[in-house]
Amino acid sequence: MNDIAIELKGIDKKFGLVHANKNINMKVRKGTIHGIIGENGAGKSTLMSILYGFYQADNGDIFVDGKKTVIKDPNAAISVGIGMVHQHFMLVENFTVLENIMLGAEESQVLNAGITKARRELKQLEEEYELEVDPDAIIEELPVGIQQRVEILKALYRGAEILILDEPTGVLTPAEADHLFRILEQLKSEGKTILLITHKLREIMAVTDEVSVMRRGEMVATRTTSETSVEELAELMVGRHVLLHVEKGPASPGDVMLSVENLTVRDGRGVDMVKNVSFNVRAGEIVGIAGVAGNGQSELLQAISGIRRAVTGKVMLQGEPIHVTGTADPAELRHRGLAHVPEDRQHMGLVLKFDESENSILGYHDDPKYLNGMFLNIDAIRKDAADKIEKYDIRPPNPRLKTANFSGGNQQKIVLAREMERDPAVLVIGQPTRGVDVGAIEFIHKRIIEMRDAGKAVLLVSVELDEIRSLSDRVLVMFDGRIVGERAPDASEGELGLLMAGVEDTKEAAQ
Amino acid sequence: MSAPYAKLPAWVDYGLIPLINLIVAFLVAGLVVLAVGESPLRAASLLIEGAFGYGEGIGFTLYYATNFIFTGLAVAVAFHCGLFNIGGEGQAYVAGLGVALPCLWLDQFAPWYVIFPAAILGSALVGGFWAMIPGWLQAKRGSHVVITTIMFNFIASSLMVYVLVDVLKPAGSMAPQTRTFAEGGQLPRLDWLLASVGLDIGGAPFNMSFLLALVAAFVVWLVIWRTKLGYEIRTMGHSPTAASYAGIRQSRIIIITMMMSGALAGMMALNPIMGDQHRMQLDFVGGAGFVGIAVALMGRSHPVGIVPAAILFGMLYQGGAEISFEMPQISRDMITIIQGLVILFAGALENMFRPAITAFFATLGGARSDKSLPAAE
Repeated sequence: MNDIAIELKGIDKKFGLVHANKNINMKVRKGTIHGIIGENGAGKSTLMSILYGFYQADNGDIFVDGKKTVIKDPNAAISVGIGMVHQHFMLVENFTVLENIMLGAEESQVLNAGITKARRELKQLEEEYELEVDPDAIIEELPVGIQQRVEILKALYRGAEILILDEPTGVLTPAEADHLFRILEQLKSEGKTILLITHKLREIMAVTDEVSVMRRGEMVATRTTSETSVEELAELMVGRHVLLHVEKGPASPGDVMLSVENLTVRDGRGVDMVKNVSFNVRAGEIVGIAGVAGNGQSELLQAISGIRRAVTGKVMLQGEPIHVTGTADPAELRHRGLAHVPEDRQHMGLVLKFDESENSILGYHDDPKYLNGMFLNIDAIRKDAADKIEKYDIRPPNPRLKTANFSGGNQQKIVLAREMERDPAVLVIGQPTRGVDVGAIEFIHKRIIEMRDAGKAVLLVSVELDEIRSLSDRVLVMFDGRIVGERAPDASEGELGLLMAGVEDTKEAAQ
Repeated sequence: MSAPYAKLPAWVDYGLIPLINLIVAFLVAGLVVLAVGESPLRAASLLIEGAFGYGEGIGFTLYYATNFIFTGLAVAVAFHCGLFNIGGEGQAYVAGLGVALPCLWLDQFAPWYVIFPAAILGSALVGGFWAMIPGWLQAKRGSHVVITTIMFNFIASSLMVYVLVDVLKPAGSMAPQTRTFAEGGQLPRLDWLLASVGLDIGGAPFNMSFLLALVAAFVVWLVIWRTKLGYEIRTMGHSPTAASYAGIRQSRIIIITMMMSGALAGMMALNPIMGDQHRMQLDFVGGAGFVGIAVALMGRSHPVGIVPAAILFGMLYQGGAEISFEMPQISRDMITIIQGLVILFAGALENMFRPAITAFFATLGGARSDKSLPAAE
């Protein structure tokens, strides 16, 4: 009797000079949920891609059910019973659920027989694992939580006994995430083996039986979940002691610095994404906007910072109007004391092909201190960048290094340094810690609170509810383009979760 | 994993890899020559000998290279803004007016050093104007510059036929060209420059505009990498989203960049008109606008790469002419094939040998470089 589903021995992988996986050894027991955690760039995804056949290891062996197996491509992985649910779903958006599940397993040129068979088997799977999905629904019309279920069904339909889930909760509401975990428990009880990749420690503690920690391409430890703690895992991930709890004193709100009235914003397709939104942010407070991604937060931030035209609405910055429906211009708003850390750091906040110093002036490049007439003052720019690098502990400390070569956390520090060092009156921040490692999160959170304590008005948008709750002084919840409620940050996760899912706010309805 | 290839030393990146690409292109071209039934080695020696073997050959090589420096820079400037200006041909063609008109008006009264600045200004203005229209259409109306600049090549071509046949052709002449300029409309040749290294330029039209091309290359470098405008252009080119975040006015940058690009293409007209023929003829651009695309690709849009790339293509033009003269089996089209192969290997397949080269340097670097690398993923 062999109770090891997967064993990895000495897996080694290099990409050019980057050593992504160093001599990895790991055992996953059959019928368990096994977590793999690590910071961004620790090599988790690479390891799983090797297991699923996207990459070949340079060295090392994979054993599936005790047998040495060569997995040369994803088809080979499926044939030995390994299925994967990707972070970004691999679904054809305008196909039905059934068509997506059959894709690549049609069995013959004429679809009819296959469809009947697939429909029958899908029904069976749904009943077995309580994964209700309408087989004839079109994918793009389904919520993400359901789309993810389709991905899981797809893997099961192909006979997966071992299921790899890559950051599955990134796009889910707390309720949807809970539902996913129930499904995983169900799958486990049916004898399936699950590999769960995540950087969220709480999820690991909640659902896994065992957990392996990766750091800088190495497997640093494997623990039985019930015998470890969040603190220990965080320390293993980062390699040093980490402060997980954000320390902050009470807020002392002052004047209204940013006020938004009846703001409506359309996206490129002409759909109203922000609908008649009003709120304000005072000096010395952090207002958090919670919500599942795609509920209008991005458009709200873009309208306030002058990047996207609003349809209607009035926005005041330090008591002076911002012409959000017409001529508002990000450059002008910067001069007026509005700093913006955008959600999409890699495409909007930075030019990845620029060197660090060039990015450290993006948006402020018309400041005379960086210029000699029409020429850039390269010395001044590099000197200024070097100062910020030191102050924000950006690594490696080289202003001439290409920005793409910095890690996610350090890239974010480049943006933060640029925006915060201008001493703005209002700081608008989107997803401050997306794709940022644990060590840098601590640093970024501290800085945001320092900004508040220095009397700045901070508007924070994040899809990480924990982040919103630990940083904000007031929490607004956004759903379907509307602010559906305001809560204190100590409101229960369940209550905020319901609001995020669009359940009517009973408190306000009563008024 | 955002960086699929690890960083290589600069000399490998900018020197070795283009060289290997070039060698492969010539090897494949050699096979084609073999297939036609000629000796590749003789063809190669004719090519080199014809382009660099004697003073006149060098003069012609550099004369062609002058054209390609201008058009290559034009394409490169637009590339930096993420624009693909394929209209260099038409911009240079129309800009011929900016050269020819000052010459026709002033050549009786003024010396070349008075007319030359006027012609530089004229060609840049006309070329810039011709590129501004597609730029404006892109910025304000969203019409793609690739489409509009191609269209404008055709418009330019028809326009110039009309102008040369119906307006500028001297009465009684049967050739669609202007009259020949007097001495004031003729640029001095750079025979002294080659003579200083003991070469005789012979009849080659190597002239002052070569020096202007080098100045233009330096100015392009200065503007793109050292000015605020260049910073905004590069931001636009790498990431339009980041540009709008930074508050850069995109339509303004697009129009200005297209005008700069058109002005550079336009200045190419100086070389054949004032420097060689001393009159404006039908179709004087002769495809240099399109060669500029290959030159910019091969030179990686950097002036330091564009100048040698332009000389390389000048060599292909001049040496190719010699080959087709000596080897009747090989026509001028053969040279076009070689150019195509160079573009294929240096441009489109630029990264073909990169993984192998990277792996090679990785084994050389070994454990040492492992540590020095940041956790870049």
